[in-house]
Amino acid sequence: MMFSQLSDAISNGLFLLMIAGIPLIAACKKVKVYEVFVDGAKDGFQLAIKIIPYMVGMLVAIGMFRASGGFELIFSWIGPFFEKIGVPTAVVPLAVMRPFSASASNGILLDIIKNFGGDAHVSHLAATMMGSTETTFYVIAVYFGVVNIRRTRHAVPAGLIADFVGIVASIIVCRLLLV
Amino acid sequence: MLNIIWLGLIILSVVFGIITGKIPAVVASVTESAKFAFELALGLTGIMSLWLGMMRIAEEAGFVRALAKAIRPLMRRLFPDVPIEHPAMGAIVMNIAANMLGLGNAATPFGLKAMAELETLNPRPGVASNAMCTFLAINTSSVQLIPTSAIAFLAAAGAAHPTDIIITSLVATTFSTLAGIVAVKFLEKTPMYRLPKPEVSYDVQPAQ
Repeated sequence: MMFSQLSDAISNGLFLLMIAGIPLIAACKKVKVYEVFVDGAKDGFQLAIKIIPYMVGMLVAIGMFRASGGFELIFSWIGPFFEKIGVPTAVVPLAVMRPFSASASNGILLDIIKNFGGDAHVSHLAATMMGSTETTFYVIAVYFGVVNIRRTRHAVPAGLIADFVGIVASIIVCRLLLV
Repeated sequence: MLNIIWLGLIILSVVFGIITGKIPAVVASVTESAKFAFELALGLTGIMSLWLGMMRIAEEAGFVRALAKAIRPLMRRLFPDVPIEHPAMGAIVMNIAANMLGLGNAATPFGLKAMAELETLNPRPGVASNAMCTFLAINTSSVQLIPTSAIAFLAAAGAAHPTDIIITSLVATTFSTLAGIVAVKFLEKTPMYRLPKPEVSYDVQPAQ
């Protein structure tokens, strides 16, 4: 409990440091802070509007697949393999879902922690996996969307390789460091 | 790649939906997800404007360039095609710094800004440049130093040592980031993903 309060305090502190610190130091350097701020902020709307089609496309396809029970089918295919190498099958949904949906994988992580308790190895493994991977498809769709890139070349395979290595590394590291 | 994955997800959800009898849920998810996507994008507008404004101030004050210069050797190796003084470098550095500190809602605007700046250096509109792919590989490998939300979940469930996962996450995320960089640098040279030979009109880099 202590630490989560501390980490909250740290992230709040950093946030305020940026929000107040950047304009303050800039003002000392004779930057017209408010005018410059407004000028930069103008781009926000354009950027948000530009990513809408990409977000709709990606989230609809992922939402349909989730609703169809497709992810459960994949879990049942991969599950036995995880079992064979001695990895708790409870983390399979997290590993599969992680590149597609942040909210779904957050929900899975919470479920695991709720069911197995905060001190269980599975919970620590799931938390580590969560911390070493990203919502690859969402990031790629949105970041490329903003500049209208349609040929993404090797970005998807590279991102998935990074996620895969993150998951494998989590399994190994948790087995070595957390007993 | 995205074409195949997108089509695959849609076709497979119809097929699986028929097999599992969940077609009504699949149909409902289409409108729900579309609405959610729009709300999510619109919800980003405010926070995006805020951080882009902050970033412009930081740019004017010269912080961003100073930050990029401070880690110049690393940046030059990762992004050989981007001049060190270019605004793209600053936005990339800000994005990675925000990700490391776990300031997710600041990271996205900086990241989108970085992509927009990288696009100004891209001679082939619509085709991802090597620098863009490298930037995304770093981004999608997660570079967060302290997984604050996961720690909070564990702490809330009464874990004795929720902070144990800091070290495991740090080691795992280091491996995933290294793997992402190695993969992106290797793949960019393979015949399947190599950029086409520049055409005559692309010989000259567009002026900034």
